[in-house]
Amino acid sequence: MIEINHVNKWYGPTFQVLKDCTTSVAKGEVVVVCGPSGSGKSTLIKCVNALEPIQGGDIVLDGVKVNDPKTDLPKLRSRVGMVFQHFELFPHLRIIDNLRLAQEKVLGRKSEDATAKGMKLLERVGLKEHAKKFPAELSGGQQQRVAIARALAMDPIAMLFDEPTSALDPEMISEVLDVMVDLAREGMTMMVVTHEMGFANKVADRVIFMDRGEIVEDAKKADFFGTPRSDRAQKFLSKILQH
Amino acid sequence: MNYNWNWHIFLEPNPMGTGTYLDLLLTGLVVTVKVSVLAWIIALVSGSVIGVLRTLPSRTASWIGFCWVEFFRNMPLLVQLFLWFFVLPELLPRSAGLWLKQLPNAPFWTAAIGVGLFMSARVAVQLQAGITSLPRGQKQASTALGLTTVQTYRYVLLPMAFRIILPPLTSEFLNTIKNSAVAITIGLIELTGEARSMQEFSFQVFEAFTAATVLYLLLNFVVVTAMRFLERYVAIPGYITGK
Amino acid sequence: MLGNFDFDVIRRALPYLFLEGMRFTLTLTALAAFGGLVFGTLIALMRLSSYKVLGRIAGFYVDFIRSLPLVLVIFWFYFLVPYIGQWVTGASRPITVGAFASSLITFIAFEAAYFSEIMRAGIQSISKGQPAAASALGLTYAQSMRYVVLPQAFRNMLPVLLTQTIVLFQDTSLVYVLSIPDFLGAASKVAQRDGRLVEMYLFAALVYFVISCVASFGVRRLQSRIAIVR
Repeated sequence: MIEINHVNKWYGPTFQVLKDCTTSVAKGEVVVVCGPSGSGKSTLIKCVNALEPIQGGDIVLDGVKVNDPKTDLPKLRSRVGMVFQHFELFPHLRIIDNLRLAQEKVLGRKSEDATAKGMKLLERVGLKEHAKKFPAELSGGQQQRVAIARALAMDPIAMLFDEPTSALDPEMISEVLDVMVDLAREGMTMMVVTHEMGFANKVADRVIFMDRGEIVEDAKKADFFGTPRSDRAQKFLSKILQH
Repeated sequence: MNYNWNWHIFLEPNPMGTGTYLDLLLTGLVVTVKVSVLAWIIALVSGSVIGVLRTLPSRTASWIGFCWVEFFRNMPLLVQLFLWFFVLPELLPRSAGLWLKQLPNAPFWTAAIGVGLFMSARVAVQLQAGITSLPRGQKQASTALGLTTVQTYRYVLLPMAFRIILPPLTSEFLNTIKNSAVAITIGLIELTGEARSMQEFSFQVFEAFTAATVLYLLLNFVVVTAMRFLERYVAIPGYITGK
Repeated sequence: MLGNFDFDVIRRALPYLFLEGMRFTLTLTALAAFGGLVFGTLIALMRLSSYKVLGRIAGFYVDFIRSLPLVLVIFWFYFLVPYIGQWVTGASRPITVGAFASSLITFIAFEAAYFSEIMRAGIQSISKGQPAAASALGLTYAQSMRYVVLPQAFRNMLPVLLTQTIVLFQDTSLVYVLSIPDFLGAASKVAQRDGRLVEMYLFAALVYFVISCVASFGVRRLQSRIAIVR
């Protein structure tokens, strides 16, 4: 579904954020990407739907080459859902309108169809009664659930999560993770950048560990949590799991 | 002060035969309002386009925006009006220049366009600041949903940016009204101009200028009140603009 | 058309344009900026003072002046200053005031309102701890303002103050309405005398443009240097 082949990326002439990264996510697979901050994991996931350009290598999404200038990027992006660290709901639009906007403007759905679809998804994330509110009237956890619903409204073939719980107060993390776990169990293809190792343990098929722009480890979940091969991954895990 | 005050002067007939002196001033007020509104529309439209250009990643676009702003910001408004009014017709092919000079109401149109373009630079700077003050994730989220650049600006960035810059835009509109008085130098008889002619005909300097002052204050008050209503009307529940 | 553009007209007028016109413009700009800053700072202090009445008066003055077109203010003062002079000196008739003095008073009064808003923002940007620390050291209100708060406010606001001065430099061209030979007035006089509007106005525009551009470029460099120091 997602193939990342020898991807290189620089910021400016000297700073290399991604060094020869190669991995893939198969259909229905859940892959968790972790690593210390500044390791390039967020950059990597943003390259998948070309929010960030790459300077070397290839990314292929469902058979379409992302870094081909001829690719219709808006169309491609509309098929992949993305959830951001800071939710990024559109503050001037009501919740239901946040869910409708791209359905209507990008997919060309009729207003009543988009609304129906939106309401169904809001019900699914448990926020149907908030449809008429504005984002700023919701808690962080609620906003992130809306953001997931907004991405799902596009009927994506895969979902990308960029640290979806990092900006949340601790007591709101589980409500978001619950939605993600359900999604994973339904067979959604997911690539998730997160530090939530409990989530990884529960639903991930594979875990990728990144450090300084490199993919240091790319292993089946059991192997990763059993005996991570690299020093760096071991150190990282012990720091994260300490508490 | 040995000055002969005569507040009844306003009710005396003016020498133009167009009613009283008060009528004269009110005619000026109408011209001021008309020229300011027209100039403001020009400033808003062209300033918005330029402001957006300055935020685009394209080098050419931001260069055009930069040149536009510097050109209209670094010359006195008075000089700009002279350029449009006296110089432009001479630089055009003879027939076009002649047509321009014989345009009925030339000072009015020159003032509207000249003040409008002058203010467009300031609107552009404000809008650029408004757009760049939005979190970067907003643009990324719209892009990730598959919205094109035009759609991203139309539905996400501009609605928020304009809400944020509404207070500074109010003062720029007030500046437009004030700047319209500069057009007195190219022969537009607006409010200040009518006060000046009243002073010349009646020798009641201070009554004339007091009346003009009161009318400007009134105009200010109306604009500020109207903008307050607009601000309240477009305010987003729960969202606090940085104040 | 540009075919018969007469550079010689400009060349011949250069001494008059710069030695008379530009000198007037620059002197007026410099003195008005200085006076505007001094009075503007006083007004800002009044607005922030704990005496509510002083604050009201200052606030009223600033809002009042800022609601009026500069052209109207120029006319106001042009006619008003002779009477004020008469009242101050006790003369029997309105005194005659020169073109320069009249415009200088106008611009100081006008710019003080704008400069005061900048200084007010500057003073408010200083943390409350600074004047508190100053009075803890035993400094009086005046001393803490003079030695602690105002220098910092001035330095923080220097780029904004300079930008406002560039605006002032351009605004001085409005003395044209009083037929005073500032730079634009001088250019306009030559233009009308020789029937060479195109040359003179284009040249005047170019001179204003170059000076303003260079000045705002300098302000931008200063701003980035201050940003680094912080």
